[in-house]
This record gives sequence, structure tokens and C-alpha cells, in this order.
Amino acid sequence: MMFVAAEIKKNTYYDSVYLMRVTKEIEKIEGVISVLVGMGTELNKELVLSLDMMTQEIETIGANDFFVVAKMEKKDIMVEVLSKIESLMNEQKSSSIKEYKPATLESAVKYEPLTNFSLISLPGEYAIIEAKKALERNLHVMLFSDNISIEKEKELKLLAKQRGLLMMGPDCGTAIINGIPLAFANEVNRGSIGIISASGTGAQEVSVLIDKLGSGISQLIGTGGRDLKDEIDGIMMLQGIEALEKDESTDVIVLISKPPSKNVAEKIFSSINSSKKCYVINFIGSEFSNINNDKIHFTVSLEETAKLAVWLANAEKTTRKNEAEKRSKNKIDKLSIREKESTLIAKKRSKNISKKRKYLRGLFTGGTLALEAMNILQKEGISTYSNIPIDYDYELTNPKESIKNTCVDLGDDVFTKGRPHPMIEPSIRNERLIKEFNDEEVAIILMDCVLGYGSHEDPAGEIAKTLAEAKKGMGREKNDNPIVVVSICATDKDPQSLNQSVLDLENEGIIVSFSTAQATRIVAKVLETIGG
Amino acid sequence: MSEINELFNKQLRIANIGLESFYKDLKAKEIDVIHVNWRPPAGGNKKMIKLLDKLKK
Repeated sequence: MMFVAAEIKKNTYYDSVYLMRVTKEIEKIEGVISVLVGMGTELNKELVLSLDMMTQEIETIGANDFFVVAKMEKKDIMVEVLSKIESLMNEQKSSSIKEYKPATLESAVKYEPLTNFSLISLPGEYAIIEAKKALERNLHVMLFSDNISIEKEKELKLLAKQRGLLMMGPDCGTAIINGIPLAFANEVNRGSIGIISASGTGAQEVSVLIDKLGSGISQLIGTGGRDLKDEIDGIMMLQGIEALEKDESTDVIVLISKPPSKNVAEKIFSSINSSKKCYVINFIGSEFSNINNDKIHFTVSLEETAKLAVWLANAEKTTRKNEAEKRSKNKIDKLSIREKESTLIAKKRSKNISKKRKYLRGLFTGGTLALEAMNILQKEGISTYSNIPIDYDYELTNPKESIKNTCVDLGDDVFTKGRPHPMIEPSIRNERLIKEFNDEEVAIILMDCVLGYGSHEDPAGEIAKTLAEAKKGMGREKNDNPIVVVSICATDKDPQSLNQSVLDLENEGIIVSFSTAQATRIVAKVLETIGG
Repeated sequence: MSEINELFNKQLRIANIGLESFYKDLKAKEIDVIHVNWRPPAGGNKKMIKLLDKLKK
């Protein structure tokens, strides 16, 4: 027998990340079969309906009303659910009671007139309104929200340009301004390398590797993923270039984006062509060989981008391009310190697994990290199926089912509709990890693990715990498990402990790398060994 | 000097609107940040929001 019960709190608003935490706590209560905690938005109501938990009360509520609905084994479990919610809400209240929290941006600026920056992460339709208000008040904006039309993006960016302000986003996940990590970013050293990036995780990986190589970041400006499309015309990247050109703390400028449109690429090149500063450009997976300028360097991988930027930052300003490239190769070893050993272990393990095991499954929370892996594999002659394929012949028709060698971006809308992004709440990936680990054709699993601000409090612990669960009760030979390789994107200054994370992963027999490129090279060697 | 370059030389003072976890991360680092206790206008009722917008104009 199953029971469904709901509770509504009118005019009580909570943000989505907080509600997700509440949901996780409620799910732990014994006897709760499924639970949905949220605001009464149309999307949430649709989800309630699809989970077969709709009640009359929920039908009538609005976006400002909080609801909880649960499917339970016994009716009286709801009492426990409600009392748990009550205590979580009280915790929230007591932790936030001390500070003044104005109801509007206007009153925030009135209260703190020196406010110069606004970080906006509201649902898309409301985010546009607030971003416009912020720009009109001369605040620089980082717009984390997505679901904003390209027309509205252009409007906001033109307004910002007119006022000389930053308009980072929409869908801007990562920025570091004046050394302050905003939204999803790592705690990295300050230094003379400026980054302008259309990719959040791409920027995280490069900034972390720069930190690891002993250099640092002056500014990390996010543009949002569509900035280099014709419709937006590279407005934010061009403004960023102008600002970093004038910035005395920046010597080397890194640009990261998916391949830009031809027109936007030309505008960017013409804006940097006569620059005295050095540029390292990673237009993910694409090379521009027709640019002949000693100051402009193109890279194919994020790892190479970081290495070259660091070398250039350390090099004499007059160094010629070919020398830079030659010497950058000598720098590789500082990052690859354990690569040889890890490769040996992985190859040795691959000899113990059954002959049926042939394939790779890459489970990524960062789309750009998935692309980095797929590009490296392709250079090794290994094609991968994906929901974000580099070759459309290898597009997954159903991203929820892997085919042969597959790398999926689990942050894609197809996975995150109505669910939190796996970098915040890893259950989407945990479920997929168990599935792939149990697939008898899988030889090796590759995953990213992104620490830093914004991310889950213990992403490595979640991977380790899930793997332990997947292994438990499996009736096959102990050695006949897929090899698991994790690339960890983090510095030793991040809020989650890097050392503990590595320890937790290694205790579960996971091979840990410190860049996606390194982890992928290990995977390629294993696939070569087993002939996958 | 452009506004962006001026910002690079100033202390960042942030208004956070939306996810409270971003505010908490910044607060924990003792960054100057204020959290806007935002609620959907007109209870999220789209018709009402349009009416309010018209009134404001």
C-alpha cells in the first residue's frame, strides 16, 4: 500500500540549491518511497504530475509557494517528514538571521552604496529583469542563470558595453575578479595571466593547472557560452580583451571558447594583432594555422594552454614563438609526475579483466572536460559516442544509454531538467556510474571531479562511496571490474580538502590524475593494451 | 580608465541575488557581500507581473 501526502506553505520562498539539500535529507527517512520538495513553478507541478503525486492543493499553488509531496509506505511517515522539514527550516533561519537581507536590489544598493558588482542566479525570466536593473545602476554583472534568449543576451551585453561594464553571461558559471572566486571557481594564486573564457569548467581546469605550475591569475572573466556566436558578436570577449590589455597586472592573456564564428574570430584577431602582450588561444578542438604572429599561440588542449601560458608568463617578453613552444614541452613533467606509474598500474590491471571488457565510459560533469577527453582520444585514433560529439556520426541518439566507447556530458539539459546539475548534487552521475560499472563490456571508466566553490561539499567522497556500493554484492571475480580513472580539478587551497579527496578515491582503488588530458592519456593506453 | 579597469583596482562589493549558497561561500571568505532576499514578484503570477510592469511604465 502506498500513500501520497502534501504540505503547502504559502508565500515562503527558498532557492533551488537549498531545496535540493532538503530533498536529500527527506529521502533518507525510512519508508519514504519518493519525495519532491520545491516551489510551485509550472515545471515543478509538471514533475509532480509525472511522478503520479499530484494533489488538489498542489494544483492551485504558485511560484512563491513552497510545497512538499511524498509517496510513503505508511501514512504516519508524513509526520516525520514534516518535523524534519521544520527543523531544517529553523536551522536555515537561525544561520541567516544575523545579517540584513534586503528584499530588492534597489534597497541593497541603498544600504551599501559602494556596491559595484552583482551576482545573479535567479530563474531565467526574472534574471533578465534584475540584470538590467543592475546595469542601469552601474553595477558589473555576473549572470549565472541560463534559459535566456539570445536576443535578450545581446540586449544586456549592448547595454553593458555602452556603460563600459562587465556583463558576464548568461550561463556564466565561473569567474575570478580581483582574486575572488565567483560561483563555480577554484582558489588559485594571483599572478600575471588573465583568462577570458566562454567555458566554465574549461576556465576552472586551466586556472587550476596554472596554479599547479606555480603561476597565477590576474583576472578570470567569463563570457557565457554563446558570446562568440555571430548573434552576440563577441561583445564580452572583446571588452575583456580591451580591459586586460590595459591592465598592468596582466602579461599573458588566455582565450578559451568553442570555435567562434568566422566573423567573430576575425574581430578578435584584429583586436589583438598589434598587441604587445602574449596570447594563448584555445578554440577547443580547432586550430587556426593561418595566423602568423609571434605573440599569438594556438593550443589544442586545456593542459597545453596552461603550460604555454605559464611558460610565457615566466619568459622574457621578446622570446620568439618557436622557442616558446620548444621550451614549453620541457615543462610537461611537473604536471605529469605520476603519469608513468599510473599508466603502468592501469595497464597491469587491464590484463586481469575479462576479454569481454573492451570499452570506455566517460562520465563528465563538465562539458568542456568531456570535449578535452574526446579530442585527445580522437588524436589516438579512438572515436567516442557522445551527447556532445566532436563528430556527428557519433552522436548518441539516447544519451542515457552508452554505445561502445562513450563520453557523456551529464550537465546537459537532457539530464538536468528538473534536477540539479551533477557538479552541485552528484546523484545523476552516481546512478550512471553504478550502471556502467555493472556493464560487462566496460573496461575502463573515466570521470572528472571538480572541487572548488559552488561545487558539492565532497565530490570525491561521493564517487568513492558510490563505487564501494557498486562493488558490494557483486558475484564476479574480484579482479574482473572496470578500471576507474578520475581526473581531479582542484588546488590545495580549495574549500574541500584535495588531499582527503585523493585519499578517498585511491582507497577505493581509483587511479587519480591531476588533469583531464593526463587521465585521458592513461585511458588511451589501456584501450590500446586491450585492443578496444 | 574604463569602468572595468577601475573595478580591477577597487574592492569588490557584491550584491548576490538568487542562490544563497553563493552568498555563503563569499561570506565565509569575508568578502563584502549582501544577499538580496528575492521573491518572485506578484507571487510568480505572470499576468499580474505584466500588469505591474505596465503600471511602472
